Amino acid sequence: MRKALLAAGAAVAAAALLAGCSSNTGSGSGATADHNLSASISYAFWDVNQKPAMEALIKDFNKEYPNIKVTTQVTPYQNYFTKLQTQGSSKTLPDVFWMNGPNFQLYASNGLLEPVGSGIDPANYPKALNELYSYDGKQYGAPKDFDTIGVFYNKAVFDKAGVAYPTADWTWDEFHQKAKEISDKLKADGVYGVASGLSGGQEVYYNTILQAGGEIISSDGKKSGYDSAASIKGLQFVRDLVADGSSPTPSQLSDTPQDQWFINSKSAMIWSGTWLNAELLASPIKDTIALAPLPKGEKQATVIHGLANVVAKDSKNKAAAVAFQNYLGGKQAAETQAEMGAANPAFNGTQDAFVKTAPWDLNIFEKAAADYAYPYPISKNTAAWNKAENDLLPDAFSGKRPVADVAKDLAKQMNADLAKE
Amino acid sequence: MSVSIAPQEAGAVTTAPATRSTPPRRRRTDRKEWLWAALFVAPLLFGVLVFYIWPIIRNAYFSFTTWGVFGGATWSGLSNYQAMLADPSFWRSIVNTLVYIGFLLIGIPLAVVFASLMNRPGLRFATLYRTAFFLPYVAMPAAVAMVWRIIFNGDFGVINYTLSLVGIKGPNWLSTEWFALIAVGLVGMWISLGFNLIVLSAGMKGIPPEMYEASSLDGASRMRQFFSITVPLLSPSIFFVSVMTVITGFQLFDLLYALMGTQNPAINQTQSMVYLFFAHQQTGDNGYAAAVGMAILLLVGVFTIIQFRMQKRWVTYV
Repeated sequence: MRKALLAAGAAVAAAALLAGCSSNTGSGSGATADHNLSASISYAFWDVNQKPAMEALIKDFNKEYPNIKVTTQVTPYQNYFTKLQTQGSSKTLPDVFWMNGPNFQLYASNGLLEPVGSGIDPANYPKALNELYSYDGKQYGAPKDFDTIGVFYNKAVFDKAGVAYPTADWTWDEFHQKAKEISDKLKADGVYGVASGLSGGQEVYYNTILQAGGEIISSDGKKSGYDSAASIKGLQFVRDLVADGSSPTPSQLSDTPQDQWFINSKSAMIWSGTWLNAELLASPIKDTIALAPLPKGEKQATVIHGLANVVAKDSKNKAAAVAFQNYLGGKQAAETQAEMGAANPAFNGTQDAFVKTAPWDLNIFEKAAADYAYPYPISKNTAAWNKAENDLLPDAFSGKRPVADVAKDLAKQMNADLAKE
Repeated sequence: MSVSIAPQEAGAVTTAPATRSTPPRRRRTDRKEWLWAALFVAPLLFGVLVFYIWPIIRNAYFSFTTWGVFGGATWSGLSNYQAMLADPSFWRSIVNTLVYIGFLLIGIPLAVVFASLMNRPGLRFATLYRTAFFLPYVAMPAAVAMVWRIIFNGDFGVINYTLSLVGIKGPNWLSTEWFALIAVGLVGMWISLGFNLIVLSAGMKGIPPEMYEASSLDGASRMRQFFSITVPLLSPSIFFVSVMTVITGFQLFDLLYALMGTQNPAINQTQSMVYLFFAHQQTGDNGYAAAVGMAILLLVGVFTIIQFRMQKRWVTYV
């Protein structure tokens, strides 16, 4: 599986390189754009926390291209893709904008995105990300940042329960044992061993499915993997945590979000990604946090996901938009983002600045990306079966229905959704 | 408006004697009046046409199409309606919406009682009470929901803490089937109380005080006065409030969305019809969403007609 992934990644990279070369002869996608280019372009993104960093990037970009005026449009994530859909329908998309994995193929397959030019060299980014942002052999997104999953833990809670800290090579059983022991010993205080996000798969169940040797979606994106024995095993692991009280129930996690349990010392561990870093750095438990890799199931695995900057096909100032995308995909922009603590940059070798922002070992995330990361599962209309996941899986995790039954229903629904694509 | 038309009428009258026998002239005056009326109504009518009627027509059309994320609607006949009628979550959303409306309707008798208490002559702090009850109605539902989320929290909320003092382990109100609907219904009832109170208080001010004086001379108790004078004379206001309540109840979305969120494990068993509309729109299933929209329109129409039919039996117009 892993080898196949690598091969696919390499093929994609090569294809993207070729595409980049050929587009040199086309209209303005070349690496050497005219630096006196005069234009006004828009840049849309959703994270207001990253706005200062994005503005710093624009300022630096203007040193190279003084006559391109970049206007930012910040829309909260809840409305971001609703707005983009409307803009996409009326061909008024922003010139350059943030894209995420679940939505990418929808835009690429509808011909709304411009493939990256030769200014973006896929060799500079993790292969899984190039693959995530490629469609029909062409790469459309310049990877911006990435996140993998690890286990943050609070040493103070471990000490209080008298449980040994996790080790780097721990297994599912060891993880479960520790979680259970903490829940049992600190029951009077209402403390749980682990509390992680169960709505959406990225934080927990995509990982456990992959660790059990299953898959969420077939590699050609046509078939659901939920009904395989291995996938069911991955889901069952999550159910077991809830069943014996190692973790709060989905209802409890809906009432009080996972990060709140952890930050308020009501849980000892949380499975989460690089994005939690900034919040933890500002939290009251900052001094007692440590980070461990995900425990091993049948094998070690994590999903990797990242954002990309894309250019709209219908951009009226495409040359300027491409120049900006190229800048954002470059090394300097990656370093700026990392230093400002905005995100873990995707550009190879620039993560050091990000790793230095925290006292815990952020290298674990980088190592996960390099050694055992699997691309985030997507298809053309990811939103449709993401809804099915959210509709059905809570019943499995809460124990309302057997995991295997739910998994089979989910696979059926997901296959129906995939057939419509 | 009638004031500005008056001079025209006067002019018509002065010229009338000369042409009394010619009706066409008279019709032209009518037309002129009609034109003026139309002119004044036009801006509003334009707004209603563009922002209400036209979207409804478009929505009706789209409900017969398969409409992808980025437009490109293709005619698909009744397939959306067939899918909708076969979808258990559609029927559940109707039940949920009706239960929610039930909660709001229970709030109306409460509002009548509160309004009559607040309208007692010589009540101290009357303005304070009125403000306190009306505040939730003018506050943003999202902000109100934020506070209630904390109150309803299963592990750390005030309600469950209070229950735990008497040895009851409270549920996760906002994320358990049925309990979530009760919680949303209670908050909805609490919000709507303010609006109902204002309307009903205004209605009560219109009841002549002599009625109360006369009845108390006849020895009627306060209770008797409430049921024999206040309620019947208030019935037009109560009718208005209940029609409005049913219509706003059908529109339940923002409160539910803000209280529960999209990732809630109980949202499927609690979603309202409008929520179902948005959920399908979010996943690029716009044709289906349009069909749900038509179902909402139909149900609101039916319930409003029923209410207007039934009013003859209980509403007293003086």
